[in-house]
Amino acid sequence: MSGIVAYGAYVPRLRLNRAAAVEANAWFNAGLKGLAKGERSMCNWDEDSLTMAVEASRDCLGGDVPGDLKTLAFASTTLPFEDRQNAGILATALNVDENVVTGDVAATQRAGTSGLISALKATNAEGGTSLFVAADKRRTKSGSTQELLFGDGAAALLLGSDNVIAEYVGSHQLAVDFIDHYRGANEEFDYNWEERWIRDEGYFKIVPRALEGLFSEVDVTPDQIDHFVMPSVMGAVPSKIAKMAGINTDAVRSNLHAEMGESGTAHALVMLVDVLQEAKPGETILVVGWGQGADAVVFRTTDALAKLSAREGVKGYLARRREETNYNKFLSFNELVTKEHGLRGELDKQTALTSLYRNKEMITAFMGGKCSKCGTIQFPKANVCVNPNCREFHTQEDHPFANAKATIMNWTADNLTYSLDPPSHFGIVTFEEGGRLLADMTDVDKGTLEVGMQMRMVFRVKEHDPQRGFTKYFWKAAPVQKAAA
Amino acid sequence: MASGIKDKVAILGMGCSKFGERWDKNADDLIVEGFQEAVADAGIERDQIDAAWFSTAIEEMHVGKSGVPLAEALGLDYIPVTRVENYCASGTEAFRGAVYAVASGAADIALAAGVEKLKDTGYGGLPQRGRGTLNNMFWANSSAPGNFALLASAYQEKHGIPAENIKRAMAQISVKSHENGAKNPKAHLQKEITIDKALNAPMIADPIGLFDCCGVSDGSACAIVTTPEIARSMGKSDLVSVKALQLAVSNGTEQSHNSWDGSYFMTTRKAAARAYKEAGIEKPRDEISMFECHDCFSITELVTMEDLYLSEEGQAWRDVLDGFYNSDGQIPCQIDGGLKCFGHPIGASGLRMLYEMYSQILGRADARQLDNPRFGLTHNLGGAPHRNVASISIVGKYDG
Repeated sequence: MSGIVAYGAYVPRLRLNRAAAVEANAWFNAGLKGLAKGERSMCNWDEDSLTMAVEASRDCLGGDVPGDLKTLAFASTTLPFEDRQNAGILATALNVDENVVTGDVAATQRAGTSGLISALKATNAEGGTSLFVAADKRRTKSGSTQELLFGDGAAALLLGSDNVIAEYVGSHQLAVDFIDHYRGANEEFDYNWEERWIRDEGYFKIVPRALEGLFSEVDVTPDQIDHFVMPSVMGAVPSKIAKMAGINTDAVRSNLHAEMGESGTAHALVMLVDVLQEAKPGETILVVGWGQGADAVVFRTTDALAKLSAREGVKGYLARRREETNYNKFLSFNELVTKEHGLRGELDKQTALTSLYRNKEMITAFMGGKCSKCGTIQFPKANVCVNPNCREFHTQEDHPFANAKATIMNWTADNLTYSLDPPSHFGIVTFEEGGRLLADMTDVDKGTLEVGMQMRMVFRVKEHDPQRGFTKYFWKAAPVQKAAA
Repeated sequence: MASGIKDKVAILGMGCSKFGERWDKNADDLIVEGFQEAVADAGIERDQIDAAWFSTAIEEMHVGKSGVPLAEALGLDYIPVTRVENYCASGTEAFRGAVYAVASGAADIALAAGVEKLKDTGYGGLPQRGRGTLNNMFWANSSAPGNFALLASAYQEKHGIPAENIKRAMAQISVKSHENGAKNPKAHLQKEITIDKALNAPMIADPIGLFDCCGVSDGSACAIVTTPEIARSMGKSDLVSVKALQLAVSNGTEQSHNSWDGSYFMTTRKAAARAYKEAGIEKPRDEISMFECHDCFSITELVTMEDLYLSEEGQAWRDVLDGFYNSDGQIPCQIDGGLKCFGHPIGASGLRMLYEMYSQILGRADARQLDNPRFGLTHNLGGAPHRNVASISIVGKYDG
């Protein structure tokens, strides 16, 4: 028996208040008024699909990469690099051994479910474990309905055969070149067709065929479905489809529109994680993915689900929220307005790829050192032990810092240095096991930092190099925020 | 055990340009302005100089690398010229080079000249620049005031002093420097300010406000040094000699080892202890007559008063508010206005500090003149609290 062994998710802390966005745009598009409820998740300026994928993966793995991890796949239609394997960056950030099969899955909203089904089939056939991650941060035009309907988010699933919490029962996939929207190569934004046509000719005709195919192949009947996961920005569509297929409409899951909006390729998995966080053993979950056809995949939860260790998941990250009512900030973070960045922003941000490669464990995986003579832990790892009473040469062994507990030793809020979200917060954080770093701090509300505050290191965008289209990543300290109960 | 530098070298002459926003001057104009004052003061001809040390820190902003810009600016006759850089302590490095050359006997007369032309950036504050390919990938996104602002939260935490008291002491430090600077015709900023103005200024990097930051200036300064014997042979009677010259450089401990608490400068303490020993000073609070410290930001000055062993740990804020460091206090600090008001053309700053100590000891400080100062100390620091260089020099009347 194989299936899902563990889950994780990530939803950015910032939530754009939809009413604020509607208010800013109603003069132009009065039709948006009906969408002025709830909030959508929005990435901080230093978050993207990759950083969210890292966080969802960490939530899923809980700090330990399984020794038998065979594959790592990353699904998204908003990968930060067109040609540099994004799953490879994810693998490095997670400190995964290089003997692993990595791959990006892209080009359709269905990439999340299609990639998951492929990974499940491969795990079934080859054994070992497999990490499947999906994330999306879709840019939308200002004043569009998509701007209000979409949200940013990520989910990660560890697949395997031991301690399975949700058994893979079966799946069916349908390929239909139905173009509800598309984004041409090198285009910034989606182009969308009429919703009524998408609903009537698309969802109502294509998804039932996928479900028909599924139920003819698996030993499950529609009335046995306890949870029906189907992302759709058209809220009434899943219930109608459930009815058409003979699925109990009570099983239809919320699309989380009120809390975060639709997170693209990740959303079916985000909704699945949300189910797994409250499902009981022995329940049957049907997940539908949509995009130029449809995927349908069935899981059945096991007794192991109740024993899974605590994690944030969708519910934890939804509770870790801060409302953003400044629509201008949303526009700025998503580069939808031309901001005056000032002369200080003009500094050349070239990355020396030779140097990044030499130091990729340090920069991407946040690997430091530990002295084999005196045990001192330090970052960065150096030729000389930094302990004033040791200072021995060449004694440093790799020591990972990514999951080390951090505490603020000092801090400031810098209004002078160039930042996309001033003031720039930074300071020295000390790590519980030893070592320290003068770290950038992120997800900080002005006036809330204090010496002694507990921080958690997170993988974030260090800076963008607009001249060369390169994005630098490094680790920053974020306040540990207890999720509301 | 090294015998130290004490009384081996005397200052023959010094010069300092007007500091400020010198929109109409290039770096070489500023160099010449300081140099001509110094050679006139020394009473020598240009070609009597055997060797020169030239300090600039952000050379990419103006003169470029090497010793050539100094040789060209002054038309030196193919003598050795070495360009030095050690963050904002570069000026003292030039002085160290020249002093060591004379002390070794390799040169009879040596020149230390520093310059910085900062006001060609198009914006306020220090120029932005790359920090190295690897450092750029992981160093925090910080400005200079941001880095030094970190002292405040750590200092406050360590000593349990209310933030308002620290902020008020910082403001008083700036008020005092503005008072002093107002009496200095060469200073960049010559206007007095009120404590309320300092307290209510726009925040630059918490808790550093606008008036907690030093001036970003164009300027140059230089020193001509020789041995006391040669100076005497040239007919100089009142001599100022070097009593101590020390430098301490961070080695990664503050940055990476948890033994440092972030509230003080390890380098300054080490350099200060060595300097007092070299100069034969046992009780600095009683013996130092005046000092120029590296007040790039008021919080730097506050903790440095303790690092120089002039104030007790955790007590500098009281000394500041008591007027201990005012021009009429026991140890006047920044009597020329300091970096705060005289200004901070980086490569020139260490030499500018010495220029004031030298002028005071020779009784030439006009409106700022103190009553018979004996030892003057300069503290020239560069970098950031977690990673820096600190140089300390002590000069005084030559009694030999």
